[in-house]
Amino acid sequence: MVAPVPAPGPAGSRESDGVEPLLRVEDLSVTFRSGAGPVTAVRGISYDVRPGEVLGIVGESGSGKSVSSLAVMGLLPGTATITGSATFQGRQLLGLGDKQISRIRGSRLAMVFQDPLSALTPVYTVGDQIAETIRVHQGLRRDAARERAIELLDLVGIPNPRQRSKSFPHEFSGGMRQRVMIAMAIANDPALIIADEPTTALDVTIQAQILEVLQTAREVTGAAIIMITHDLGVIAGFADRMMVMYAGRVVESGVVETVYQQPRMPYTMGLLGSIPRLDAGERQALTPIEGVPPSMVSLPVGCPFAPRCPMRIDSCEQTEPALLGVVSDDAGHLAACHRSEEIARDGLTNTDVFVATTVPEAPPAARLPREQRPVVLEVRDLVKEYPLTTGGLLRRKAGSLQAVAGVSFDIREGETLGLVGESGCGKTTTIMEILELAKPTSGTIAVLGKDTAAMSGKERFAIRRDLQVVFQDPMASLDPRLPVSDILAEPMITHGVPAAERDRRIRDLLRLVGLRPEHADRYPAKFSGGQRQRIGIARALALEPKVLVLDEPVSALDVSIQAGVINLLDRLKAELGLSYLFVAHDLSVVRHIADRVAVMYLGRIVEIGTADQVFENPTHPYTQALLSAIPLPDPVKERSRRRILLTGDLPSAANPPSGCRFRTRCSTFAHQLDDDRRRRCLDESPELTGAETTGEDHEVACHYPAPAAVI
Amino acid sequence: MGKFLLHRVGYLVLLAMVATVVAYLLAATQLHPRSRYEGRNPAPAEAVVDQRLTELNMNDKTPLVERFGTWAKGVAHGDLGKTVDGESVNTEMSRRMWVSLRLMLIGSILGTLLGVVAGAYGAIKQRKWSDQTLTVISFVLLSVPTVVLAVLVKNAGIWFNQVSGNESTPLLFTTGEITPGMDTWSWAGIGDRVGHLVLPTIVLAIGVNGFAFYSRYQRNSMLDVLGSDFLRTAQAKGLRRWSALTRHGLRTALIPMATFFSYQFALLFVGATFTEKIFGWHGMGEYFVDSITKNDTNSTAGVTLFVAVLVLIAGLLSDVVYAALDPRVRAS
Repeated sequence: MVAPVPAPGPAGSRESDGVEPLLRVEDLSVTFRSGAGPVTAVRGISYDVRPGEVLGIVGESGSGKSVSSLAVMGLLPGTATITGSATFQGRQLLGLGDKQISRIRGSRLAMVFQDPLSALTPVYTVGDQIAETIRVHQGLRRDAARERAIELLDLVGIPNPRQRSKSFPHEFSGGMRQRVMIAMAIANDPALIIADEPTTALDVTIQAQILEVLQTAREVTGAAIIMITHDLGVIAGFADRMMVMYAGRVVESGVVETVYQQPRMPYTMGLLGSIPRLDAGERQALTPIEGVPPSMVSLPVGCPFAPRCPMRIDSCEQTEPALLGVVSDDAGHLAACHRSEEIARDGLTNTDVFVATTVPEAPPAARLPREQRPVVLEVRDLVKEYPLTTGGLLRRKAGSLQAVAGVSFDIREGETLGLVGESGCGKTTTIMEILELAKPTSGTIAVLGKDTAAMSGKERFAIRRDLQVVFQDPMASLDPRLPVSDILAEPMITHGVPAAERDRRIRDLLRLVGLRPEHADRYPAKFSGGQRQRIGIARALALEPKVLVLDEPVSALDVSIQAGVINLLDRLKAELGLSYLFVAHDLSVVRHIADRVAVMYLGRIVEIGTADQVFENPTHPYTQALLSAIPLPDPVKERSRRRILLTGDLPSAANPPSGCRFRTRCSTFAHQLDDDRRRRCLDESPELTGAETTGEDHEVACHYPAPAAVI
Repeated sequence: MGKFLLHRVGYLVLLAMVATVVAYLLAATQLHPRSRYEGRNPAPAEAVVDQRLTELNMNDKTPLVERFGTWAKGVAHGDLGKTVDGESVNTEMSRRMWVSLRLMLIGSILGTLLGVVAGAYGAIKQRKWSDQTLTVISFVLLSVPTVVLAVLVKNAGIWFNQVSGNESTPLLFTTGEITPGMDTWSWAGIGDRVGHLVLPTIVLAIGVNGFAFYSRYQRNSMLDVLGSDFLRTAQAKGLRRWSALTRHGLRTALIPMATFFSYQFALLFVGATFTEKIFGWHGMGEYFVDSITKNDTNSTAGVTLFVAVLVLIAGLLSDVVYAALDPRVRAS
């Protein structure tokens, strides 16, 4: 349609293999005005996307990965100054008027956003929203566009598409909404789809489904995809080429396999080394990257990564390295590092460059066999019911919802139990019940041997010293109006610790979690996310508890920050002899930190056992599906894996399936059982039993268990 | 939804009954119709006054409960009693509510539309000079009491008539609804009505119940929506900026306004006290003020009851409008 204009590429920075790029971005910079001065979020990046390929862009928050794509789409606010060039199918995109860019957006160039709830207009039906993009570009009549929208919904795997097209976004689950977004993106057969963190807000099993849908979309339209994500596992499985961004620049790019196996830039090496891996044993040493990404307001000269880089030399602080070709198996491999030659020559890996923290020795108590250690937290047949009511003034009970339906586990001194499951499985309700220290709907909770139902108010107050909690969101869980010293003093004041001792303890605590004691009078806003989570941990430790409940403590943190906090938790456990109840949806983190793991599904524990048993010999079909859904940050392994895809969404806890709660999504039930054997799944709820598992400490709730290695 | 509304209507009837009792007791205990006769010279005989007040069901020598019983019985039959002058409150109100409606309908619609458009525009142009101008204008108007605004507009009208040389045959009228003796259903009559309507309509449209108020709220709710991801999605789909802003943005930003719209339109019949007084329209607002100054128990109670019922209806209306605008509340 439009004659492609050959654009000269910057010399040496790109291979020319004869294929005309679909999108060529050259020297793109984006600057925002801010109160503190101009913020250059993207600083001169260049890349090509070839027809049909998947380019992965990785980076932490603030690295400029999303901003650069929004700039290409022309979706940045007017306050942004964009320079450089972005040629799409031979046409310059930057500087196009609203009318011209609107013709390209949504037709040749489509986008899938991160949060599918807020990205869909709440007041129109999904069918109408898909039909709108078809009508805008193809000028179809309303009913013809609607029909096409229904076909698209069917294509992205929405059951009963005709009926569901009349639903509003809030009536869909997160995964379904993301399918709608994809349907919208492929509606006009685009040549390029930009997917901005398309699976970040979703559970792993749903993420696996969505990646599958994107793959389908790619096959149907033949479109190229730019996949923006912070998840190195997603890139490993999905992308052909990748680029790593840091502080608004591309610091490394190349074919996915090469970048993972032969990283030539310390930041990439650090990233790869700082993620806990599902396929590594429990005691994998993580190599955290010290420090935090630089503020983009006034970047110092030199390499922006230099302050965090263990390999920095003087020239790193004087000149910023250019993105140049490096020696590796991939001819197009580029890296921006003064020392990439040395890295290539000496074959340095992340453990050579970064200091791997040695895994701390377990305290003597924790080295005893499990049976000989005292139980610190015991939960038996815990049930939490919420009444469902109808009517306004005169509330009537219409039924009940069992968020937790009979959960039993115990934690012994010095051990970590990882409680995992998708959102809505009841893991948060479980820990809230434990923290409440009240009599549950039914069942018992015993903390340090004391039954919470039989506790007096005084005892309950006393026992809170021993049971503390760290919350997920370090921003929301610290009072922004209190300086850190007050935040840490609060639990001690409540429990009557004398003032003199408090001050000493605050300093000790800050040192303990790796912060500087002189920062005690600063406010939380002065700290980065990782530091705030450390403050949250220090607060939980203020009263020297025996048990810590950790509710998704690292899921709000960037990858390079996460490793530091995980290492801290590891160290604290060893030094202080703590026991953890670690709740997380990220199984890789749990794999790294937990001694034992309990997998929850719809209010029940379906599998429990030592981490090694559960991860290496998963026996419940749900555990197997969950583990197989997690992408591994290793392109070779990731691409050769067979994935067990779960169908559909989590059923409602208000109306759980009869018999085995998992049967509606169980692949064993669907494909391997005959009707006689299915009967049992339909009628009888399986109990946790260790009878059919190989390990000693390993129980599973399934009528037809079959261990399978899925990693 | 139907069942939900039925429930709501049930509550409303209950609340309306409470409002009725409170309205009457308040009027009957706070107003003293007898004082109307006491100041006269020569003072009428007490027996005559008693008889007259008893006829009107306003005699303070009758126990309050008994008076209320009589009044309530009337209300139950749709009769709000007699005014202090012996007229029917029903007749008075049924005439005056339409006067109020005629006065307010255009002004309210205009004010709401102006406010919504200006608010949405101001939000889109946030911090630009056009937004700041609109903000200044609306805050000035918000801080001017209606009494002052009405008098200013009235004077401006008189000045306009003077400079346009129409002092004897003015284009803009400042008093009343129509020139007495004019035939309503002639072209001249309609023109005359329009001439009477212009000035009070301006007051209503730009004042605290119109543009000034709505533009602030609409601007806020539009600003909330402007940062939304779905607006970005709409543009990513290929919608032009303005159609994304109106079809997806403004449409969603109207939802929080539903409550204001409903109250505005249910209360059209209640009238605008100051505007009516100053422009000499004999509507409900004027009636309410007059009946208090005249110690007219039944009229005061009647108007209060009427307003209470309209407020309750407005509440119901806002639920319906809310559900119509927002599919998310329909389900629950």
